[in-house]
Amino acid sequence: MKILVCITHVPDTTSKINFTDNNTKFDPTGVQFIIGPYDDYALARAIEIKEANAGTTVTVLNVGTADTEPTIRKALAIGADDAIRINAEPTDSFFVASQIAEHAKSAGGYDLILMGRESIDYNSGVVHGIVGEILGLPSISPVMKLDIEGTTAKLAREIEGGKEYVEVSLPFVAGCQEPIAEWKIPNMRGIMSARTKPLKVVEPKAVDSGVKLQKFELPPPKGAVKMISADNVAELVTLLKNEAKVL
Amino acid sequence: MSILVFVEIAEGQIKKTSLEAVAYAHAMGGPVTAIALGAADQSALTSLGKYGAQKVLHAADEKLNKEVIQAYASVLTKALQDEGADILVLASSSLGTPVAARVATKIGASLATNVTELPDTTAGFVVKRSIYTGKAFAKVTLSNTKKVIALKKNAAEAKEVGSDVAVTPYSVTLSDADFATKILSSEKATGEVLLPEANIVVSGGRGMKGAEHWGILEELAKTLHAATGCSKPVSDMGWRPHHEHVGQTGVKVAPQLYIAVGISGAIQHLAGVNSSKYIVVINKDADAPFFKAADYGIVGDAFDVVPKLTEALKAAK
Repeated sequence: MKILVCITHVPDTTSKINFTDNNTKFDPTGVQFIIGPYDDYALARAIEIKEANAGTTVTVLNVGTADTEPTIRKALAIGADDAIRINAEPTDSFFVASQIAEHAKSAGGYDLILMGRESIDYNSGVVHGIVGEILGLPSISPVMKLDIEGTTAKLAREIEGGKEYVEVSLPFVAGCQEPIAEWKIPNMRGIMSARTKPLKVVEPKAVDSGVKLQKFELPPPKGAVKMISADNVAELVTLLKNEAKVL
Repeated sequence: MSILVFVEIAEGQIKKTSLEAVAYAHAMGGPVTAIALGAADQSALTSLGKYGAQKVLHAADEKLNKEVIQAYASVLTKALQDEGADILVLASSSLGTPVAARVATKIGASLATNVTELPDTTAGFVVKRSIYTGKAFAKVTLSNTKKVIALKKNAAEAKEVGSDVAVTPYSVTLSDADFATKILSSEKATGEVLLPEANIVVSGGRGMKGAEHWGILEELAKTLHAATGCSKPVSDMGWRPHHEHVGQTGVKVAPQLYIAVGISGAIQHLAGVNSSKYIVVINKDADAPFFKAADYGIVGDAFDVVPKLTEALKAAK
């Protein structure tokens, strides 16, 4: 079985977000970059499937500039066999999805294309759907459970207020989230072997997605908190009613 | 330029976020055609006229009672053609977002999800999106003639602007390929306020000390007609189901009022609540970081403060 795991290179979840160049560029100063947390779940499940099925290979793919290579190496250290970096700034969902689909076609297809339900920078949550549509494959997201028996997969998908159990034949595309697998931490052997695993750099396909960034904005700063005594809870009710007007 | 709005149904009724989508399309200038798929309450459909729909289509084919993403995308693509609509508006959700992805790809549309405001059309067509899990916004130009816009909650206010309209049955031809994904079964909480839809959310954290203590939060939620949520450790420990987990890797909520009880306020939790209009924090630790992100705070023991708050709310009704 051939599995493709698409990963994003994103600011750590604790990062303070700032912009430069008149609010047109993300400011990476002091920011630590990680594998997208949802992508990390997808990768962990792919490695589990590989460990349980002899002859399975896991390829990781990232659309990004050379800055993302430490993140890609980390995915190799976790257990992926090889990596592809599409050498481009990941500007929008349609652009990224088109690159993934192009690679999948040129690689002769994958049995399973996994990624996170969304990236934690742009939060679009649509790349898996676009890849599925371009390749003519089913796409399922957000997936909380994924079991493969032969050429059939059984999945649990989270829906508002519950979950849904789904069956689909391979190949397909899935956007993953917890608790599909436990995140894996690379061990020393993994880190050593990751240095020599193949990482191929591919130039992007030209794509016009009809979406162009104009400007970033930060939300207005929050006002000071109003503290209320635990002995005077009725005052909170009055404030919520008359000041906030939310009751 | 007509606008098609996909409305989602929950327990036969139109979801609140879908009413907001109809209001959004109406505010864009319409004319607005709303479309519902699968079983739906007819009086709920006719009432879409009140929120700004000139026309309501209903594809009642029972195959559509199961929300299969590819099938929904095929039907909406056909409806856009039939209606001569260039723009599809819908609510971002576990159904709406993946459907938007596939429809946009089929028709070659500019696509934006988590849109928070009406478009600015003074120079091109610019929408504002929520990014970095609510920590920032991006203004993007959608330049293709065809556009798919998936809204974040509260992008527009659902208010009555018109009167009921008749429902037009919409017949569809579905192929087997649309149903490559088979929905076997589902588990869904019924009769509860859905977390992503709720105007008020009551959330509990580790400070609640165990699943058995959730009764006081449920009582408070019931009094406020609120949904209940929780922090990540709470769902990880199995005190509450995963779909109630609010935060960076869980549900992102945008209620009018978010009440956090016994939650310290880790940055990953704040990422899920920072779109709330007002935040109340109740915590016995005066140094809990959540107070810095709150509008109102009470330092106190949850088991003392929460029942008193419920009583005070009942008394104020």
